[in-house]
Amino acid sequence: MRREAPKSLADYTPLLFPGLMLVVFFVVPFSTMIAVSFFKRNPSGFYTPDFVIDNYARFLTAFFGGVLGFSLLLAVLVAVCCVAIAFPFTYLLTKRPRRVQTLWLVGLLSVLSLSEVIIGFAWSTLFSQTAGITNLFVAIGLMDKPVALLPTFGAVLAGMVYQALPYTILVLYPALVRLDPTLLEAARTLGASPVRAFFNVVTPALRNTIVATLIMVFVFALGSYLLPQILGRPRHWTLSVLITDQAIYQSNMPFAAAMAVFLVLISLALVGLTLLVGRKENAL
Amino acid sequence: MSGLDINAITKTFGNFTAVDKVRLNVPHGTFVCLLGPSGCGKTTLLRMIAGLEEPTSGAIVLDGDDITPLPTHKRNLGMVFQSLALFPHLSVGDNIAYALRIRGASKEEQKKRVEELLALIHLPGFADRPVAKLSGGQRQRVAIARALALSPKLFLLDEPLSALDAKLREAMQVELRQLQQRLGITTIVVTHDQREAMTMADLVVVMGHGRILQAAPPIEIYRKPADAFVADFIGITNLLPAEIDSAGRTTILGTAIPGLAMPVGVAKASVSIRPEDVHLGEAGGRAITGQVTFVRDLGGTIETFVEVGGTSIIAVATPRERPNVSVGATVGVTLPPESCVVLGP
Amino acid sequence: MTATFLRRLYFTVVALFLSAPLIVVAGVSVNARQELTFPPKGFSLAWYGQIFTDPEWRLALIHSVTLAVCSAAIAVAIALPLAWFLWRRIAPWANIFQVLGLAPFILPPVITALGFLSFWATVGLFGHFFTAIISHAIFFVTLPLVTLSLGFASIDRSLVEAAATMGADDRTVLKTVVLPLILPYLVSGYAFAFVLSLNEYIVAYMTIGFTTETLPIKIFNALRYGYTPTMASVSVFFVAVAALVFGSIAKFGDIRRLLGAMSSDGN
Repeated sequence: MRREAPKSLADYTPLLFPGLMLVVFFVVPFSTMIAVSFFKRNPSGFYTPDFVIDNYARFLTAFFGGVLGFSLLLAVLVAVCCVAIAFPFTYLLTKRPRRVQTLWLVGLLSVLSLSEVIIGFAWSTLFSQTAGITNLFVAIGLMDKPVALLPTFGAVLAGMVYQALPYTILVLYPALVRLDPTLLEAARTLGASPVRAFFNVVTPALRNTIVATLIMVFVFALGSYLLPQILGRPRHWTLSVLITDQAIYQSNMPFAAAMAVFLVLISLALVGLTLLVGRKENAL
Repeated sequence: MSGLDINAITKTFGNFTAVDKVRLNVPHGTFVCLLGPSGCGKTTLLRMIAGLEEPTSGAIVLDGDDITPLPTHKRNLGMVFQSLALFPHLSVGDNIAYALRIRGASKEEQKKRVEELLALIHLPGFADRPVAKLSGGQRQRVAIARALALSPKLFLLDEPLSALDAKLREAMQVELRQLQQRLGITTIVVTHDQREAMTMADLVVVMGHGRILQAAPPIEIYRKPADAFVADFIGITNLLPAEIDSAGRTTILGTAIPGLAMPVGVAKASVSIRPEDVHLGEAGGRAITGQVTFVRDLGGTIETFVEVGGTSIIAVATPRERPNVSVGATVGVTLPPESCVVLGP
Repeated sequence: MTATFLRRLYFTVVALFLSAPLIVVAGVSVNARQELTFPPKGFSLAWYGQIFTDPEWRLALIHSVTLAVCSAAIAVAIALPLAWFLWRRIAPWANIFQVLGLAPFILPPVITALGFLSFWATVGLFGHFFTAIISHAIFFVTLPLVTLSLGFASIDRSLVEAAATMGADDRTVLKTVVLPLILPYLVSGYAFAFVLSLNEYIVAYMTIGFTTETLPIKIFNALRYGYTPTMASVSVFFVAVAALVFGSIAKFGDIRRLLGAMSSDGN
């Protein structure tokens, strides 16, 4: 069956159901959210239709600026940590036998699919005073008595790196596994040690992949909505946490929607940047 | 009228004309090879016959019926693809029975026909094997059997043997030709291998740039190529410049060739002569004088390269008639006029 | 020698990092009494029994499984005809639907969740269980869409042409050639969507969180109002389900290919 242009209206029927579902349940809700961001808050219900830009004006406060700055910084930090750990790891993984690769991929997918709730719970347990890792340090004599390692910034960072690391590895995997092995062999025959060849050949060859991955992990980390709440203090809250908080606990849907629209714009800009980087890569 | 009639068929892709007003008549039971370099339009022509490409203009008539508007699945043909296209999710038997199964044939009927066809391709008892477990040659035969399951009117093959190694390919060529003769089915094969075409075909159709350059029985194509392209594409040939000198004689490389006539009104032309028709001897007399630059002894044949005024002439001889020459020797080249083909301008 | 040692060390550290929280949770889940201690004091599998016997946890489990089963099915039902159309037809503008199918998964989940919240609230259906099913189906449609697109790309088009030369029309080709070849990709697409729906919190919370508890919502609520070891046992249960599903995909399919180990047009 060669690909051909649709000839009659009937040829479009397969698009009917998917198109309808995606438009009604994604495009319309998305537009609704944008509309709501201009609505007025109604303390007794959700909101009342209106056209005000107060919700956006609130961005200009020092508090909001602080949250935004912290969110971006945290996401950058998570992205850098994840890529720094994942890139060499994924590279080494692609050199292992198929069985080993498959085993790791199954494990990584299992962790990746875990609910943020469960990740938050697991790390809060690991960092707790009664069941935490410090009990282990006490047992081997490193510490006198167990302490709680949360709520701290370190706990937030650890939890978010944990959440994003499998994602990072799985994003890098296709690029690294398809890397032409003769590239490295050529470097080896020219006298480069494996480590040197990795830094001189593999890393530069995949520079754009690394940049694209950094951006993707950054967007992924921006989306983390529970971990800063469970593992950190209120001053560690990010934009995503704030959106959830405003929408659900403060019942201020319009403000939450305005923040969400803002977050979309940032994410879209970055996804666009990723595509641009990706296109350059293909052009090479 | 029986057979396949291709009537001024044309296919364009944007600005590119892949097949240009091709006309061809294939009598019932003929084995045709569409031969040409890649990009000459031979595969596109075959795919139009199969209904896998829609012609831009022209008609395809099979046994008197215009089948141009018919979709592929209503054309009653069997086709073997370059990739063979065996269904990986079906066994050998289910692959062969596919055409019968989708027409609702009974299990017994399918089984009987599969057994017949497996016997025909010398693979009895293979029905339950998975396709992935077959060797290249076996896959080839299964693809052929599958295409023949419904005894189609037309048997089409697109570079069917290209995936096989040289030895197996030659064996399969012979087998395929014998099978076709036994079944008497009209067959069209696309190939770029001129040996393959010479081995199998009743009719060789040489194509270039979307056009048919020559359609004739293999030996005629070889002996009487229509133009320089065909002469060069089919086997090895010497293409030499010929002209009429002031005395009115036909000369090649400055030496008169008595008995070689040029068409009326033509003063310059190319002449094709096959290497095995070129004779080497002592220099002098009526022979063209040249120098041996290279000798290739292939055991079965010996090829001698002779340079005459900047033009290289290849002569082929068998060891029995081994010319007594070595590199650097001066030799006389004789071109028998009856073997020279004056090509069109 | 040392290179091998360093590589093993590196792999071990990453493995430890990824498994440490889960090991602790698994340890906590077998405590004999209702306390949060590690190493566990005593050994009991009672907290695993709780998932199925405690009415509240059991209800949450039923909600979660119902949600995952239905939403994954709808996601596949949306993705299959879309992926098929994109493979079969040349219609560049139809790619917009592919973008729409990928967008919910790439954007921060809070945004998609908030979109659903405003939508269901506006149309007055907020809180109904089926809204979560539809929301999850849209949210996770990306997964079957990606696996099915990969699956279609891996079908040699000459197989379809071969079927046509043997007399199969479009419908027969779809039934006898395309669907059997696409089945593994369809199953893995369903499995991916199922596992992720089972684990999903924010979309479920923003659509039905005020009226219904799924397992992740229940864990989160339990986390806010105090500790119970059932949270730990449910977490381990989740990891086990995910490992089982992805392990089966790896066993019966090619998980490396699904994750992009081969280029989509190659073989």
